[in-house]
Amino acid sequence: MNDLIVVLPVLAPLTAAVLGILRWRSIAWQRAMALAGGGVLMVAAVLLLAEVSRQGILVMQGGNWPAPFGISFVADYMAAIMVVLAAMVGLAVVVYSWHTIDEGRQRFGYYPLVMVLLAGVCGAFLTGDLFNMYVWFEVMLISSFVLTALGGERQQLEGAIKYVTLNLISSAIFLAGVGVVYGMTGTLNMAHVAAVLEEGHRPELVPVVAMLFLVAFGIKAALFPLFFWLPAAYHTPPVVVSALFAGLLTKVGVYALIRVFTLIFVQDISFTHGIILVVAGFTMVSGVLGAASQSEFRRILSIHIISQIGYIIMGLALYVPLALAGAVFYLIHNIIVKTNLFLVAGIAHRLRGSYQLARLGGLWREHPWVGVLFLISAMSLAGIPPLSGFWAKFLLVRAGLELGSYVIVATALGVSLLTLFSMTKIWAEAFWKDAPTVDGSPVDGTAGKVPATMVAPVVVLAAVAVAVGLAGGPVFELSMRAAEQLMDRALYIHAVLGAQP
Amino acid sequence: MTAILAMVVGGLYAVGLYLMMRRGIVKLILGLGLLGHAANLLIFTSGRVVRGAPPLVPEGMAAPVEAIADPLPQAVILTAIVIGLGVQAFALILIKRAYQSVGSDDLDAMTETDRW
Repeated sequence: MNDLIVVLPVLAPLTAAVLGILRWRSIAWQRAMALAGGGVLMVAAVLLLAEVSRQGILVMQGGNWPAPFGISFVADYMAAIMVVLAAMVGLAVVVYSWHTIDEGRQRFGYYPLVMVLLAGVCGAFLTGDLFNMYVWFEVMLISSFVLTALGGERQQLEGAIKYVTLNLISSAIFLAGVGVVYGMTGTLNMAHVAAVLEEGHRPELVPVVAMLFLVAFGIKAALFPLFFWLPAAYHTPPVVVSALFAGLLTKVGVYALIRVFTLIFVQDISFTHGIILVVAGFTMVSGVLGAASQSEFRRILSIHIISQIGYIIMGLALYVPLALAGAVFYLIHNIIVKTNLFLVAGIAHRLRGSYQLARLGGLWREHPWVGVLFLISAMSLAGIPPLSGFWAKFLLVRAGLELGSYVIVATALGVSLLTLFSMTKIWAEAFWKDAPTVDGSPVDGTAGKVPATMVAPVVVLAAVAVAVGLAGGPVFELSMRAAEQLMDRALYIHAVLGAQP
Repeated sequence: MTAILAMVVGGLYAVGLYLMMRRGIVKLILGLGLLGHAANLLIFTSGRVVRGAPPLVPEGMAAPVEAIADPLPQAVILTAIVIGLGVQAFALILIKRAYQSVGSDDLDAMTETDRW
């Protein structure tokens, strides 16, 4: 039974994708399958988290091969929390797509692609094997490639070329890292690799490999100075696809970084985590400055992703339970809020027919509810109490102060202020100012109606963001337990390998 | 043998990266392909190149008697090659579509995403 619970988050979307493809011509069928897949995934994810909190780390040995020989699937708090978030974003995106993705895209397998993407994401979260993680990354990437290019507009194709190239380079580096790790340790099972390196095997090679992984995952997570593909690609596909990518894809890179730099590469913390700390600071600053220079709704949000990644990586770099708990809390907060902001941008586009801030305006007067939904997410992103972002930043800053890392704390606080600036810019331009007029008549685009399938996911995600903020205590408890589990490597190694070394 | 393979891997990386830094998208895809091959060969090399018997356990024994070739790098490479094939097939179609819609194979002409 445990085995099924661990793999169900991968199986559910994969099955939905296969069933959807079986009836290629029926969009309604594929949509139904995607909804069912998302629903089952949501249930499975919550079940998994509940079981993990009841029994501790759950392990599934693929094909019943004992640990270092087969492929292990491992669900600890961190993985289970990420799967729950992926399920939440996935379900919201599927519902939102209903009336926003045009028929042409739906006809070319849009829904099955989203499901394959979710399967890849969940697989990458749950796997306990380095090469298997590469495979799940590729599953996720190939479907994201197609989703980026689907529709074939010129801007999309150009964005896709940049996105595909940089991600393939990252995959090649990741693969090279996997090869060297195998050469060093003779195993690919992450717990086993950690155990072998623990014995002081080839210590001179460890930092080299660690840097290979840092670069490979850094490209995927859009760290400074490897983020340049993101502003070129994330705003080109339909907004709901951007929302899916913004919520999940870069976070998979972050998850992989947290996993390998808490489990495997902890021999030389002052070196590896020192580099990560510097990178985190620059990532925060460059992301927020890049966003401040933009004047398009989706671009501001896209480039802001980079800055948020910096905060999460800062939690990893400080490498104490409190900081890691902050990173986990930040992941929970950011995945929900970021996805929601993109979805709100989609609603604004539906109402005004543009993403350009200059052409938006007057939304507050005409549609105050959109303004409220935007404000909840935007203020949460900037870290205004009592919303979720405040607690996440509070934990990180607190941990930084306790460790005496004042520079990074000052950077984090300054960047937070600039985030508020960006968010108020969108607020003032899109919502507060009067609608733009030409010769007295309003420049109105396709002032379309907003269907309930667009509003519902936004309302639910905003409600979750508020709930995370108001229930800061329990969420903190959860993040803290996840962080303690991450720091206690023996627990993970023992859970996977059992009694044998 | 390992030394020769190491040089081949290095050469593949160098050629691949050089091709990727050119402006044509066809060279870009070729470069990406070479990078993939370089990574595969690197796994093959770092998995110890030895001449050995196939990894079979004789009947009635618990472990193979003589030295065996490690099958795992080969399995890993096989998987990576198959994935690479799929990704490159997609990339080829992508550059064809991009060429048709941009009207040029020059990466520097693809600046639409940076316009605002």
